[in-house]
Amino acid sequence: MKRFIYATAFFAVLIVTWEMLVRARVWSPIVLPSPSMVGEYLIAAVADGSLFEASVVTLKRLMLGYLFGIALGLPIGLITARFQVCKDTIGMLALGLQTLPSVCWVPLALLWFGQTESAMFFVVVMGTLWSVVIATETGVRTIPPIYARAARTMGSRGIHTWIHVMLPASLPFVVSGMKQGWAFAWRSLMAAEIYVTILTGFGLGHLLHYGRELHAMEQVTGVMLIIVMIGLLADKVMFSPWERFLHRRWGTQGK
Amino acid sequence: MTVQTELVNVAPSKLSVGEVSKRFRSKSGVVQALDRVSLDIAEGEFICLVGPSGCGKSTLLNIIAGLDTADEGSVLCDGTPVTGPGRERMVMFQEHALFPWLDVLSNVLFGLKLKPGLTRSERIDVARFYLKLVGLEKFQRSNIHELSGGMKQRVALARALAPNPRVLLMDEPFAALDALTREQLYGDIQRIWQERKKTIVFVTHNVREAVCLGDRVVLFSPHPGRIREDFKIDLPRPRDINSVDLAQHSAHITKALKNLLNTREDEVAE
Ligand SMILES: Nc1ncnc2c1ncn2[C@@H]1O[C@H](COP(=O)(O)OP(=O)(O)OP(=O)(O)O)[C@@H](O)[C@H]1O
Ligand SMILES: [Mg+2]
Repeated sequence: MKRFIYATAFFAVLIVTWEMLVRARVWSPIVLPSPSMVGEYLIAAVADGSLFEASVVTLKRLMLGYLFGIALGLPIGLITARFQVCKDTIGMLALGLQTLPSVCWVPLALLWFGQTESAMFFVVVMGTLWSVVIATETGVRTIPPIYARAARTMGSRGIHTWIHVMLPASLPFVVSGMKQGWAFAWRSLMAAEIYVTILTGFGLGHLLHYGRELHAMEQVTGVMLIIVMIGLLADKVMFSPWERFLHRRWGTQGK
Repeated sequence: MTVQTELVNVAPSKLSVGEVSKRFRSKSGVVQALDRVSLDIAEGEFICLVGPSGCGKSTLLNIIAGLDTADEGSVLCDGTPVTGPGRERMVMFQEHALFPWLDVLSNVLFGLKLKPGLTRSERIDVARFYLKLVGLEKFQRSNIHELSGGMKQRVALARALAPNPRVLLMDEPFAALDALTREQLYGDIQRIWQERKKTIVFVTHNVREAVCLGDRVVLFSPHPGRIREDFKIDLPRPRDINSVDLAQHSAHITKALKNLLNTREDEVAE
């Protein structure tokens, strides 16, 4: 409760100060609008549905690409951990491509897929995939061999061992890899949306981009705020429960 | 199959280790971990393997478990050659090897789920039975990290017992525990062995522990790993690790062990 009060007080002071500075004309509202102006934009954008529509478009792209990236990354990670040949080949590739900011894929994606949903999908997958591959592989490789041996004595073999032992044993790594993949995917999608117009749907990035074109900084700031909110929400909804589960089961403190 | 039939004691196995040899190649050359080791273990016998570090006790246990293969020789379990791990031979390791992503009950259920013929609720009843046997029925839903070292080994014991094996293979299961906890577990393991009728092969460094638990104590010597002596312990049960009779027996075996180490040093000195 105390923590909640501190947080609320902090943000209240921040917003009030900001509002007063703009009103006192310390800087022009064209450069950075006041919270009340941003609030007005947000109310209008919610009322006409444009904000909601853009959020849905963006989140749909993100979720599709992200889930596909995980679905592809987990098995690839398991395979690279299992076979040394795969580690030397696919593992190297993953390591290299993971260092590449995935927005760098945008030019190629546009060439291959045109200004379509597929291009966005591809960029998001590239953001997710390699982090998940590397985390899964590292996770599996750091599992104490005794787990697999114990499972073997109890009659677990092959695919059963992979699903019921290797995968859960590497969960701490896999979850942090998924979190990193999410961060990469989210950032690259935003960059891509600002960078190119996709005709099949206007996402939050486009909204931000047009705000800039129209010199409507309250729109830019408002959309930024929504982007922050979505990021926070994703963390709370998707990752916090997992992390809490891991800490409880493994007995690790927040790391 | 019902819970009752599942919990019925199965006949313990007869093990027969015949001329088993095992070599390991490492950077520093070839190690002869086991050299033509032969050992017969009767149905329901509690046998302890002792010997200095590196004499191949764990290697032999792993071969009996089917986790490792012999270079030469064979292991027969009730007359059938061992070719891999099997549910009738369960293993308990020095490190508890419990799965941290599962709670206590689910750990015990792991092997049961792989055993055909039981419904979900029957499996849970069986798992609860074994948790009760090791005195941990109140901790079913605990996480592994919340247990003490002794409790973890108890859960590991319950997990090994749950599929109702004929043989229990234990590799220094109590080595990491304090003396008091160990003493409790000596009592427990003797009680469970008598109740559940298993053949037990128990590896240890601790001669007193071996004398307290075993019907027989088999002494190994290292480099190459061989069986040196086989002591029959016919003290009445349950045995108390602090009793005088037990101390006399273990003094006798410790002396043999020391002799063995001294002669080895002499050999090296020559
Ligand atoms: N995987 C392996 N690779 C190479 N050498 C090994 C391997 N496993 C065991 N050895 C060697 O084989 C010999 C016997 O090992 P083992 O683990 O069976 O001994 P032990 O009697 O169990 O010893 P301790 O009492 O210390 O556990 C040792 O000299 C060891 O170095
Ligand atoms: Mg050993």
